[in-house]
Amino acid sequence: MTDLATSEAPAGAALAETDDGTARLHRAILIGIAAALVVAPFVAYPVFVMKVLCFALFALAFNLLLGYGGLLSFGHAAYFGMASYVCAYTAKNWGLTPELAILLGTAVAAGLGTVFGALAIRRQGIYFAMITLALAQMVFFFSLQTPRFTGGEDGIQAVPRGKLLGLLDLTDDRALYWLVAAIFMAGLLAIYRIIHSPFGQICKAIRDNEPRAISLGYRANQYKLMVFVLSAALAGLAGATKAIVFQLASLTDVYWTMSGEVVLMTLVGGLGTVFGPIVGAIVMVTMQNYLATLGAWVTVIQGVIFVACVLLFREGIVGVIAKAIKKPL
Amino acid sequence: MFELLGIPPQALFGQVLLGLINGSFYAILSLGLAVIFGLLNIINFAHGAQYMMGAFVAWMALNYLGLNYWFALVLAPIVVGAVGVVIERLLLKRISHLDHLYGLLLTFGLALIIQGLFRNQYGSSGLPYGIPPQLAGGQNLGFMFLPNYRAWVIVASLAVCLATWFLIEKTRLGAYLRAATENPTLTQAFGINVPLLVTLTYGFGVALAAFAGVLAAPVYSVNPNMGGDLIIVVFAVVVIGGMGSIMGAIVTGFALGLVEGLTKVFYPEASSTVIFVIMVLVLLVKPAGLFGRPA
Amino acid sequence: MKLRTFLATGALAALLASPAFAQQISVKAGVLNDRSGIYADLAGEGSVIAARMAVEDFKAAEKGIKVEIVSADHQNKPDVGSTIARQWYDQDGVDLILDVPTSSVALAVSQITKEKNKININSGAGASDLTGKACNANTIHWTYDTYALAQGTGGAMVKAGGDTWFFLTADYAFGHALERDATEIIKKAGGKVLGSVKTPFPGTDFSSFLLQAQASKAKVIGLANAGSDTTNAIKQAGEFGIVAGGQKLAGLLVFVSDVHALGLQAAQGLVLTESFYWDRDDQTRAWSQRFAKLNNGKMPTMVQAGVYAGFLHYLKAVEATKSKDTATVMAKMKEMPTDDPLFGKGSIRPNGRKMHDMYLYEVKKPSESKGEWDLYKQIAVLPAEQAFQPLAETGCPLVK
Repeated sequence: MTDLATSEAPAGAALAETDDGTARLHRAILIGIAAALVVAPFVAYPVFVMKVLCFALFALAFNLLLGYGGLLSFGHAAYFGMASYVCAYTAKNWGLTPELAILLGTAVAAGLGTVFGALAIRRQGIYFAMITLALAQMVFFFSLQTPRFTGGEDGIQAVPRGKLLGLLDLTDDRALYWLVAAIFMAGLLAIYRIIHSPFGQICKAIRDNEPRAISLGYRANQYKLMVFVLSAALAGLAGATKAIVFQLASLTDVYWTMSGEVVLMTLVGGLGTVFGPIVGAIVMVTMQNYLATLGAWVTVIQGVIFVACVLLFREGIVGVIAKAIKKPL
Repeated sequence: MFELLGIPPQALFGQVLLGLINGSFYAILSLGLAVIFGLLNIINFAHGAQYMMGAFVAWMALNYLGLNYWFALVLAPIVVGAVGVVIERLLLKRISHLDHLYGLLLTFGLALIIQGLFRNQYGSSGLPYGIPPQLAGGQNLGFMFLPNYRAWVIVASLAVCLATWFLIEKTRLGAYLRAATENPTLTQAFGINVPLLVTLTYGFGVALAAFAGVLAAPVYSVNPNMGGDLIIVVFAVVVIGGMGSIMGAIVTGFALGLVEGLTKVFYPEASSTVIFVIMVLVLLVKPAGLFGRPA
Repeated sequence: MKLRTFLATGALAALLASPAFAQQISVKAGVLNDRSGIYADLAGEGSVIAARMAVEDFKAAEKGIKVEIVSADHQNKPDVGSTIARQWYDQDGVDLILDVPTSSVALAVSQITKEKNKININSGAGASDLTGKACNANTIHWTYDTYALAQGTGGAMVKAGGDTWFFLTADYAFGHALERDATEIIKKAGGKVLGSVKTPFPGTDFSSFLLQAQASKAKVIGLANAGSDTTNAIKQAGEFGIVAGGQKLAGLLVFVSDVHALGLQAAQGLVLTESFYWDRDDQTRAWSQRFAKLNNGKMPTMVQAGVYAGFLHYLKAVEATKSKDTATVMAKMKEMPTDDPLFGKGSIRPNGRKMHDMYLYEVKKPSESKGEWDLYKQIAVLPAEQAFQPLAETGCPLVK
């Protein structure tokens, strides 16, 4: 993906010399997002907002790997879906409290990410993408072949939302919402922090010019693996949270189309921008939900939007805005 | 008579042959994909949709124009190829200088549009299309019953694959094509109309997909989703063969059909996953695929 | 000011007391199904049309019941389906959800319906769990389930002499369920299952599996799969001369839309079970022809018929109880015998299972068919009590 990185560098690379103005703008946006999270459940349907947040976190995690690690994974559904299964299974069958189930799901995703990442980062570009896809297909196969664990295509249904820390009842949508919003915000801040840390800077250096970074003494592969695992874990966090929100985990979450969806979200929102994936997730999930009443025209309209996106605003929605205000977002 | 893991050898021959026949679909489709990727640097995600269009054009030719299978075999690639040319001129051309991720997104969008339109018009459960009467029936080979149509599929696809290989590797036109793949600017400087070459190549790749679609129409269900999941498998074939390698795509197509066929005997549940297992193994051992040149 | 308030209150009270106003109930129904994917033809827009026809035939407006129908595409994704279902119940005031094919979505929606205490009349899904382990007091399963299909096709085939079987089973839960249920009935009827092969779902080429089935020498090849898998398998079975060679094909989950898609040339001789066929009697014919006019000439599937009949029964219960309170209406629906032009007379069991006869059909030869949709000939009727799983065996916690 090296050529990708260079063509898309401006938005990300400029971040390296974070000037005061940009930092202030970003802080303002983060506060704006937090404020929006507080207001959202009162103006929109909470379950819908929670879904958006889960997918936004998923897209953010994916973008961490692609936008900042320069690695296009086409198998992120594996971490998202597997975490979702683990969380749903442990919450339902072991009676774990939701926070433990989510953590366990996330941990499994991180573990899976470590194994898959170690294999995949040995290749680059399209080959990297294909290895991740193939490994994810194996996870799908595993999920299909272990109906005792995953429930086959019926999925794991009726997962209890349980009580947070054994105290706070989450069956109420509003109560659950605050948990999901907090998880999302924590994830966003963590990613923001990672991108702007020395670690993130080195990742970007490797993305832009790997041989040079190696010649400077950085162990490129270790950094790549690290960012891969972080991304997988965060994707897992999103998937596990989703299992609690919808009280189910199903095969759609591990299927390759889910990996494709997250790529689309990131591209629509703006690749290599910090906030783009959030916008992309909002657009995609809204389309899925509110176009649903249009019946058979849904796929056609989605298709037209993708084509228009590539032809008209290639940098993604946030990318276009960033260009207009000449500040990285 | 010896048995291999409980399977009598005659049955195994049959399965090998069937695998090769399925491999011929993979070969034609991956060939088209490889040709397009080689020159345009675009992963044509609409390939499955174009394959589906081929089958539908065959159906339309029969039901609206009264043209039989044999006409469709010529007509469908031309019609769908022409659609491909239009797509390239109107859309793909504008993003030719960009990363292949955008090509993927664009063609994915196109696939959604095409599939959606066909579904609106013809429904999702499909349309009937019979085997041409000349190829009905079959031969008893002793170890299996081979339908004549399947024999025709393997012959037709081998012929098309080899002709394509010859065209690209052994003719002047092919030489231009390879030159343009290698270095478009320089090739243009030598007075060769590279944009035209690119357009025609895309049209040709798409036409191959449509050809496969017509071949498939009598034996597979003709419905708008028929190409949906195929693209991932076919793309895996291209990657295993080595991106941009024509021979690689052909040989791998047949070989993977064979492996898949054998998997269907010994571990049927895994037969749709085995290709991905092979892909991981190949890429870890030979990074540029079986026939690709290391970059 | 005070006088005016007084007058207004009085007027309102008078209005409330008048019979016309008391009967004014408004019902909002949501048809949730696949409108853009593989099940769009057997459910899709046709189910919405069927629901509208139910309102029309019930003459809801004349009876003072205002009905509104909304619809959405769940894209066969449980998360999309459950977001829509929750939103419909929580925000849009939807009282009941109809149809819901795809078992993963169906189970999720049934669960949400229970949680929100609304009503779910499922027509499109096959999972027998809906009235078994996962049953609840808010869900009715109308049209068919995997148990009844296996029972119909499996039992009748053995009776007709097809006593050795080989299964082509989609490697998915519904495929396994179909195979398991059919195997049981085949054994009970004195037949034998010689083998089975699990095929990845969805698949395209079944020739290899068909050869394995052929080699088994079983008299019947049972297709425990669905949609394009079934049509592909049938098409290729014809190609490989399997039916011509004397083996019979039995479709365990085949809809009239699939047979129409295959064409009679490829599908002839296939035996299958459905709970509704448009050409069964005068009533079904009359209704189906009205339906086809609204649905681009396509005849209704049993799923679409089930949406109509289920919704009609619901409206009758609302009329009878003059209420749309969930518990009241559900109690009435289960107590009142069902009667509609499509499924005839029937009843609803405590576990939510709608009881009606199932029919065994054989696909006609092209020479026997008189039109595009003249596809089946009836070969047996399976009484409801035999077709559906005995109540005690369902494992439904509501029974006991």
